[in-house]
Amino acid sequence: MTGIIIDTVSMVFTLPGGGEVHALNNVSLDIKEGELVSVLGPSGCGKTTLLNIVAGFLAPTSGEVRLNNHVVKGPGSERGMVFQQGALFEWLTVEQNVAFGPNMAGKPKAETARKVEHLLDTVGLSDFGEKPVYQLSGGMQQRVALARCLANDPDVILMDEPLGALDALTREKMQGLVLKLWKETGKTIILITHSVEEALFLGEKLIVMAPRPGRIEKIYELPFAEQGMTMSPRDVKASVDFVEKREEILSMIWEMEEEIMGQATA
Amino acid sequence: MKDKKQPSDVAIWLGIADNTFTRQKTVKFGDASAVNSGRFYSILIVFALGALWVLSSVMGLVEPFFWPTIGGTWDRLYLLVTEGFRNTSLWEHIGISVYRVISGVLYGSLVGIPLGFAMGLSSTARGLFDPIVEFMRPIPPLALIPLIILWFGIDEVAKIFLLFLASLFIMTIAARSGVSSVRISKVHAAYSLGASKLQILRHVILPNALPEIFTGLRTSMGVCWGTVVAAELVAADKGVGSMIMIAKNFLQTDTVVIGIIIIGVIGYAIEMLMRFLERRLIPWKGKG
Ligand SMILES: Nc1ncnc2c1ncn2[C@@H]1O[C@H](COP(=O)(O)OP(=O)(O)OP(=O)(O)O)[C@@H](O)[C@H]1O
Ligand SMILES: [Mg+2]
Repeated sequence: MTGIIIDTVSMVFTLPGGGEVHALNNVSLDIKEGELVSVLGPSGCGKTTLLNIVAGFLAPTSGEVRLNNHVVKGPGSERGMVFQQGALFEWLTVEQNVAFGPNMAGKPKAETARKVEHLLDTVGLSDFGEKPVYQLSGGMQQRVALARCLANDPDVILMDEPLGALDALTREKMQGLVLKLWKETGKTIILITHSVEEALFLGEKLIVMAPRPGRIEKIYELPFAEQGMTMSPRDVKASVDFVEKREEILSMIWEMEEEIMGQATA
Repeated sequence: MKDKKQPSDVAIWLGIADNTFTRQKTVKFGDASAVNSGRFYSILIVFALGALWVLSSVMGLVEPFFWPTIGGTWDRLYLLVTEGFRNTSLWEHIGISVYRVISGVLYGSLVGIPLGFAMGLSSTARGLFDPIVEFMRPIPPLALIPLIILWFGIDEVAKIFLLFLASLFIMTIAARSGVSSVRISKVHAAYSLGASKLQILRHVILPNALPEIFTGLRTSMGVCWGTVVAAELVAADKGVGSMIMIAKNFLQTDTVVIGIIIIGVIGYAIEMLMRFLERRLIPWKGKG
């Protein structure tokens, strides 16, 4: 079967001074091809760890991740990654950053140039191709990161709080862009976020994780990403259904945080 | 509302009045960027020192044996430029010192940069070379001169080898820290974009380390310039350092002073050149 299968993955970090952190405990999840899954949970519940395991940067203590029936053993170009910030190559221009993947693969220059031009157009940065990336604003840099990832045409896009460092307005615009790109390209996307609203709005499926040990608490199937393609984002986010879900999830995460604080102070 | 009187452009250029940038600040003590250049005082001190020299020369206040007169120094400079010093032109003295520095830094970099990279990337290389590098790091290159004279005598090879050693450890440490300063998310991003190990070395780790390598080069140049002069003081028949030393033996204080000024000017010029190159070649420095 195609898609991503996370099969009873556990991750135990051994601390240098002795002691263990159970970052993930028997996490299992099936993600179908073309699905957009958002992952939500309190800080330290293992979201980044899970994504790093799927990306192949970390080997799980037990269990495995399979992509299209192949066990993930390390990073690969079929799984693109968009980081929170600071993962662009500051010594390259915007164009060169976007062209990085194709250039490394030795694709023909002309074809790459056309692709880069098209992608920069899609993310609204046509006029900035020759600029060094450090002259761009945070929101623009994240669009470059998205374009760079797409230029490589991965099957899966993994995003770890890609919009976390942006202001609220830019963030909302970028959410629209992510939805649009998802619809156009039909890629499988796993998106980690701290924003309940973002997770609800973007995810077809929403995974809520709980900490200590990191595990999946609840899975929601959501209609909002579909709606967001035809309705305006503001309307979707203001709908009764959306607000209800948002409050439900917020209080769930709030409880978890309380519990952590309780443990910490007890 | 009563406007504060605007300071004149001249006063701003002289650095004794607040410019538009510093004028907005209310907190100035403790904010280094709000301290004006005080260029006026720089000009003042240079002129004062010059005037003092003229004055003492005219009035014969200081014995020329301790400090030359300005006229005598000027004549000596003319002689040095036209006739050279001890059958060698002034340019050759300067040229040979500069040549030694550049060779030393070049060889030091050729060995040190790959070594630093290896130490940053492989545990074998780190284990093998760490004790040597850490041991050599605090030893001033001058302390090696006697040993090098014993090994190589006092010819050209000895001097360049000394400078090679002086820059080698600086460059190794700079390259190593450049490699370890790479943000892991950049390396991860490159792997996810399908780059091979070699491509990551060439297209991520190397450019990421360049700013620190360049800082190393600047330090090396400075250290080697200081070292070459000192090495020439000990043993050489050509070079700015040897010129000073030989001139001292002939009690030519004016040549000694001229040599010292040349050393200062060239050291400064090297630093300025390196900063210029850095701005041109590595504009992304500090922007990661
Ligand atoms: N390399 C590591 N060594 C030891 N412990 C680690 C390591 N990486 C993560 N952890 C621990 O694993 C747990 C999960 O970390 P992770 O970074 O996955 O959380 P997260 O859900 O991404 O949090 P956040 O929302 O703050 O980014 C945390 O308790 C963290 O302290
Ligand atoms: Mg995280």
